[in-house]
Amino acid sequence: MTDILLEMRGITKTFPGVKALENVNLKVKEGEVHALMGENGAGKSTLMKVLSGVYPFGSYEGDILFKGKACEFKDIGSSERLGIVIIHQELALIPQLSVAENIFLGNERARRGIIDWNETVLKTRELLGTVGLSESPNTLAGTMGVGKQQLVEIAKALSKEVKLLILDEPTAALNEEDSENLLNLILAFKKQGLTSIIISHKLNEIMKVADSITILRDGQTIETLRVREDRITEDRIIKGMVGRDLTHRYPEREPNIGDILFEVKDWNVYHPQQSERKVIDDVSFQVNRGEIVGIAGLMGAGRTELAMSIFGQSYGKKISGRLFKDGKEIRLPDISTAIDAGIAYVTEDRKEYGLILMDDIKRNTTLANLWGISKWFVVDDYREMTEAEGFRKKLNIKTPSVHQKTGNLSGGNQQKVVLSKWIFTGPDLLILDEPTRGIDVGAKYEIYTIINQLAEQGKGILMISSELPELLGMCDRIYVMNEGRFTGEVPRAGASQETLMKYMTRSRR
Amino acid sequence: METALKLIRSNIRQYGMFIALILIMLLFQFLSDGILLKPLNITNLILQNSYILILAIGMLLVIITGHIDLSVGSVAAFVGAVSAIMMVKHGMSFPVAMVLSLAFGAIVGAWQGFWVAYVRVPSFIVTLAGMLLFRGLTMLVLDGKSVAPFPQGFRSISTGFLPDIPGGRDIHLLTVSIGIVLSMLYVFMEWRGRLVQNRYKLELLPIPFFLIKLAAVAAITNLFTYVLASYKGLPNILVMLFILIALYTFVMRKTVMGRHIYALGGNEKAARLSGVKTKKTTFWVFVNMGVLAALAGLVFAARLNAATPKAGVNFELDAIAAVFIGGASATGGVGTVIGAMVGGLVMGVMNNGMSLVGLGIDYQQGIKGLVLLLAVAFDLYNKNKSAS
Repeated sequence: MTDILLEMRGITKTFPGVKALENVNLKVKEGEVHALMGENGAGKSTLMKVLSGVYPFGSYEGDILFKGKACEFKDIGSSERLGIVIIHQELALIPQLSVAENIFLGNERARRGIIDWNETVLKTRELLGTVGLSESPNTLAGTMGVGKQQLVEIAKALSKEVKLLILDEPTAALNEEDSENLLNLILAFKKQGLTSIIISHKLNEIMKVADSITILRDGQTIETLRVREDRITEDRIIKGMVGRDLTHRYPEREPNIGDILFEVKDWNVYHPQQSERKVIDDVSFQVNRGEIVGIAGLMGAGRTELAMSIFGQSYGKKISGRLFKDGKEIRLPDISTAIDAGIAYVTEDRKEYGLILMDDIKRNTTLANLWGISKWFVVDDYREMTEAEGFRKKLNIKTPSVHQKTGNLSGGNQQKVVLSKWIFTGPDLLILDEPTRGIDVGAKYEIYTIINQLAEQGKGILMISSELPELLGMCDRIYVMNEGRFTGEVPRAGASQETLMKYMTRSRR
Repeated sequence: METALKLIRSNIRQYGMFIALILIMLLFQFLSDGILLKPLNITNLILQNSYILILAIGMLLVIITGHIDLSVGSVAAFVGAVSAIMMVKHGMSFPVAMVLSLAFGAIVGAWQGFWVAYVRVPSFIVTLAGMLLFRGLTMLVLDGKSVAPFPQGFRSISTGFLPDIPGGRDIHLLTVSIGIVLSMLYVFMEWRGRLVQNRYKLELLPIPFFLIKLAAVAAITNLFTYVLASYKGLPNILVMLFILIALYTFVMRKTVMGRHIYALGGNEKAARLSGVKTKKTTFWVFVNMGVLAALAGLVFAARLNAATPKAGVNFELDAIAAVFIGGASATGGVGTVIGAMVGGLVMGVMNNGMSLVGLGIDYQQGIKGLVLLLAVAFDLYNKNKSAS
């Protein structure tokens, strides 16, 4: 039982401009459950994509040894033939196909191209049995709940005679019961000798199932811990995950905090499609003038959903709760009302939700405040140019002119255009959702400077970020979110990455 | 010389189709032994294509928002039929009947806009259904027969000409004067624009090119009005088209509404999060299409002097082709009114030219199909080249 099943040695993977993985090592023993942990962007998913052949041999450096033999996977199919199967975070089932069709998709039970449906159905029933599902093989995948779909995914993996099962955040979208179920299943498979790698943010789950934990940080292997032998605690894992020094520099700022600007009380939001699922659960908070308030949380904690549901109800259904601005209750039933009320929301996904990439800088800058450059419905092109030019200079957008298409700009410059757009609406409260995602260090510093200037002008800033150092470096106060609820509020003085991480992983149970 | 080349290269996309139109005209002028550009034929060309051009304006807006409208031919026929019932059967006066007909078009547009914008049924489906529904209603209203004739006042929309001021003998003086006034207005506007651009320190067209451009546009305008003046002068319908083109160019280029329509087509999610009321905008684009389809239906009925159950068949395809040949993008967000008009004229001139040359309808269809395909392919090729 102590043989090494998989060894990845010295894996380095670079994307244009970014080193995603640097000299990463991973050893997985036969028959164990091996957890891969790290912050968002630490390189966990990238490493698994290298392993499964999504990034083919030659696009990375280093060696992969499976059962002692060197492997050169050129696509997913070649890793699956050896029994390495990955189940991605986003479910890959086709909702319009039946369970049986999904399980054998691309791997059909067929002779000379003719599918043997009897064998397919029989085999499916058997596989479903092993994962504890009693559904008919002809059930449409789309009609099942997320938890059961996840089990079907596992059944699909089993159909490929899996030797090494990789689960990328398998419980992220599941409720407690389904998660419990899934974890027990992983343990049951372990007893039968199946090796698995599990990526998860949920510490309690990892403690329950994992034998070993490898921690990645900034694309490097930090350490591999043996859970039982070394008597590992949750705190020990957190330390490994966040243990870096604050090497990033943040611009200095003297906070000058004024009256309460914006207040949210008893905010509840339900999922737009699954009307039973509560996405935001009884959240209350406030932002003062001149204050930078952070919201920490892992992916899927509901931070973006919270922000968008406040911003003109642009997310969610059955929204309830009360909003106050400058002490007066306000209602924001749609986005233009929210903009008029002085609220701005800078999206986390600037390409999909922030910019019109085919349009130039000036048009994007003025889009949310066209009335501000118009007289009687008529847009003043020259005023538009002057305003956009002003923002180009003030925010140091590196481009020859404001006629440049935003699709051709770098991430940092695109983000500055989105910020220009929202600053031009003259907001009092700016909600910034991952304002520095995918931006290089230099541009980050500039964005931080802009944020500080906005706070100095007496605006309130609500900043959502997955990078804890960023929150600690920028914010006066940090709320922590998990599973749609606020699990803690930490003032700057008492904040450390460890305390934040503890609240972030604090579950309901 | 170098600046000239650079100018040509940077403008080839913008003016490419315009140049193609002129080449096609010259080709058929040559092939038809000079008939194409005869005053009578030019006048006919305008009358023949007016309703497609009107539809193309509405269709342009629909396509910019990323949708499509297959029902415009049927809607045009339906409104034509309704107007015939009102005027011919019930003797209603034609201005009242026209206003009611346009309102009818608006209601039809609102019906389709509701399904597309608020229920989010794909526009292809909604308007395919509309195409069948309104064709059926047309036959029902007309009881399967043609209804004619229309009152003279109504017919003059499509067949009448501007009255002349006295004094001209062989030449229509008013038409010539309009040409002169328009070209002077154009020179004045361009000059003023240049002064403003200069104040904002924008890059200016070098003076020689600027003068060449002014002279060329003025010359073409006056040549055009002179040719028309030597027949019967300016057709009424051309005046209406000119007003529509000017109005919609202004709306799309200069107003908040136009910006919202482009933004909606460019990236619906980003537009929505920037406060654009995407549903409402989509709805009104379809209402607008309904009104213009109604107008096209009236113009066609007036030209034919009858409302027939078969009116407007395949109009939607000509209008869509015009918009795409004019450089609009099938994914939305891109396109201009002028481009759509040039696209419509390319199709119109080819129809007319090929008929003059005596090409059969079989060849005509095939050649038009190839032109549509090649025009859009050429446009994509240019876009990819400028992107890389």
